[in-house]
Amino acid sequence: MNAYNFAYLDEQTKRMIRRAILKGVAVPGYQVPFASREMPMPYGWGTGGVQVTAACLVPEDRLKVIDQGADDTTNAVSIRKFFQKTAQVAVTEKTGEATIIQTRHRIPEQAMTEDQILVYQVPIPEPLRFLEPSEVETRKMHALEDYGLMHVKLYEDIARHGEIATAYAYPVKVEGRYVMDPSPIPKFDNPKLESSALQLFGAGREQRIYAVPPYTRVVSLDFEDHPFDPSKAPHPCALCGAEDSYLDEVITDDAGSRMFVCSDTDYCASRREDAA
Amino acid sequence: MTPLLDVQGLSKHYGGRIGCADVSFRLYPGEVLGIVGESGSGKSTLLNCLAGHLGPDSGQVIFDTRGDGPRDVLTMSEPERRMLGRTDWAFVHQNPRDGLRMRISAGGNVGERLMAVGARHYGEIREAAADWLGRVEIAEARIDDRPSAFSGGMQQRLQIARNLVTGPRLVFMDEPTGGLDVSVQARLLDLIRGLVRRMGLSAIVVTHDLAVVRLLADRLMVMKDGHVIETGLTDQVLDDPQAPYTQLLVSSVLQV
Amino acid sequence: MYVAVKGGERAIDNAHAWLAEERRGDLGVAEMSIAQIREQLALAVARVMAEGSLYDPDLAALAIKQARGDLIEAVFLIRAYRTTLPRFGASLPVETDKMACDRRISATFKDLPGGQILGPTFDYTHRLLDFALAAEGLAPAPAPQAAAAPDRLPHVTDFLAREDLIQPEADGSATPRDLTREPLDFPADRPLRLQALTRGDEGFVLSMAYSTQRGYGRNHPFVGELRIGRVDVEMDIPELGFAIELGEVVLTECETVNQFMGSKTEPPQFTRGYGLVFGQSERKAISMALVDRAMRWEELGEDNVGAPAQDQEFVLYHSDNVQATGFLEHIKLPHYVDFQSELELIRRLRAEAAASQTQEAAE
Repeated sequence: MNAYNFAYLDEQTKRMIRRAILKGVAVPGYQVPFASREMPMPYGWGTGGVQVTAACLVPEDRLKVIDQGADDTTNAVSIRKFFQKTAQVAVTEKTGEATIIQTRHRIPEQAMTEDQILVYQVPIPEPLRFLEPSEVETRKMHALEDYGLMHVKLYEDIARHGEIATAYAYPVKVEGRYVMDPSPIPKFDNPKLESSALQLFGAGREQRIYAVPPYTRVVSLDFEDHPFDPSKAPHPCALCGAEDSYLDEVITDDAGSRMFVCSDTDYCASRREDAA
Repeated sequence: MTPLLDVQGLSKHYGGRIGCADVSFRLYPGEVLGIVGESGSGKSTLLNCLAGHLGPDSGQVIFDTRGDGPRDVLTMSEPERRMLGRTDWAFVHQNPRDGLRMRISAGGNVGERLMAVGARHYGEIREAAADWLGRVEIAEARIDDRPSAFSGGMQQRLQIARNLVTGPRLVFMDEPTGGLDVSVQARLLDLIRGLVRRMGLSAIVVTHDLAVVRLLADRLMVMKDGHVIETGLTDQVLDDPQAPYTQLLVSSVLQV
Repeated sequence: MYVAVKGGERAIDNAHAWLAEERRGDLGVAEMSIAQIREQLALAVARVMAEGSLYDPDLAALAIKQARGDLIEAVFLIRAYRTTLPRFGASLPVETDKMACDRRISATFKDLPGGQILGPTFDYTHRLLDFALAAEGLAPAPAPQAAAAPDRLPHVTDFLAREDLIQPEADGSATPRDLTREPLDFPADRPLRLQALTRGDEGFVLSMAYSTQRGYGRNHPFVGELRIGRVDVEMDIPELGFAIELGEVVLTECETVNQFMGSKTEPPQFTRGYGLVFGQSERKAISMALVDRAMRWEELGEDNVGAPAQDQEFVLYHSDNVQATGFLEHIKLPHYVDFQSELELIRRLRAEAAASQTQEAAE
């Protein structure tokens, strides 16, 4: 496997991506345009996250890849294999042992540390996109901090449903400045966006990178009288008994019986090991 | 007394054609200025230059800001101008579709300006929206309906509520009664007059309809071919027009 | 006892093995060679090279074979491979008036210097299935030969330009931005728009062009000239101090001549749309020229009538089939975490609605 450079991308490209990452870290929540490359996996399947991971990886790293919180979902397996093949880095399923974690749609339950990087795969980086389709306009809105429309959307939710009807990709304001899409994580995960770890977001098709540096203030948008509520299904995990983790609902038979289990497979397995 | 708006030598050309030429005037707090003229006279160009929708070629538009006193709006940064546009200034379009969000509820339309300047209490925003719907004679029960379900007159009243909710100090109106039935026009004019007087608003109203300015405006400016050809108190200009063109304009109305 | 689903890794390996078997098909049927695809499916190869933005017929043929004939998948393979190629430099602009033309037609003049050359076209064939092709082993009768066209065939638009009848295009001396090396940025200038169109999906560009003909941004095009043939590719070698020929590529070029009624400041004049595509691909080249012309409304002082083809953000963001396919198909990836949170939201909203109804009934 010497036909490709370490972690697939050539060094020039990695430097270009690192410059975008550094700019993103310097301006938290700001979407930095970058010249996204065509990757050997389809757009929408994590090309942005893969490029960010490739630009961050060093041979000593230990990589964990999750999709929906699980290490063994097909897309997670495929991306992990890609880096095993092209970078020969060590991999792990343990959140605590990983130096870089690439994720799709979840933040690990176990708190992350200053020595770790969390890389998110982002499909649509623009939180205002479904209110305003033009990129020229949305960039102007960010530049001018013109975010009234975002709250109009939340107002309409409450007027119609009695609450803010956004369950995932719940918009946040970063360090009091930029409104940011935290990628389609469930809103349950939003409080974990204030973290000790460096968080990087890569959107390949949309050619954007953004970042939330460690200890950055991240506030989920809400109203004073309708505060943000990171709720989840009111059940404990049927496998490990955890009451503080995000749960998947699993249908177990034809009659529609169901059970709730941790979406974070490593968290669930560790708890069961500890209990045993 | 410091004028609220002090306009000096404002000109705008479209290629070789004159939009408006060397327009100067002052507007004092609490005053309503009417700008009349036929279509193509430059009155809409002037209004759009004043409101920052068009960039004039030369001139100054000095506004007495709340924080920093008189400042030339044309040299302000875009964020400052936008902030002005959603706080101290309001713009009522002739076509309510241009000034409303048609896919957002009436309450959301009124609440948008409040949220844009930082209101974050849903109950209070909704209360203010309901209050303003009442003031423009829209039943509170319609608060969650979209403007697309409203009549033309209601849409125009909603647009006015949406504009006035932040208590602006200067309102621009572009043919506010255009396109409405005569009976609806009368009711709307009456409403606008009541609001302007009660809130002590300063306003610039552009129209081709002399009945509108007779009812609303303290002073008049008559425009033709991009130039201001006559100014004065409304009654004075309408009852004793000096310029031949104004005489024609007034007499043509009286004939109707 | 429920055990969380495992084994994604083995499932993937097995799926790949099955795919390889299906790709080969019935072992009793001879395997296709790359050369066969390159020679006999040449137009598919051309499309993959054009949309893959990589001129290499053998690689394109390999991609088509590997993709089981799915051309968008083949384009994707080519693009992913292209990413890894180091860039040594840029060629000089190709000189299409020195093209060795296989085909060269003009719809705006009956005859012209160099003549109309029909070349290998489907245009006048009757679209009847030729069952003789089903019987293999028949070589076609040799086509009659003619003397080669002159070395230089002037462009039709040059004749119009001599009379000032067509708007001149300024020489762009600046190096254009490179779509594959810089993020897309708006407003996109014409070189950038043309790059996006030439690698855009043929179906998308065709439909956009067609929509302008049906009235969504109509611009009255004539095909001033369409030419297909080989051009030399040259590159300046700094160490040598002169340009050397690297090879040749087949290109299709289309220049449309469009009506322009003039404005207050400009007299009526024809304007241009431009299309240039790898390989023999005239449907794409003509489509590209129409869409190029539609997006030039602003520079030419025309009205934006709100037609999709006039909206450069719309066209450029949606023309790339590798982006479109990937994002479209990603919705089949697991989304159960998001779905779970939606499920909980809907349940809660329904429960609240039911509760308030019960309460109203009670009152």
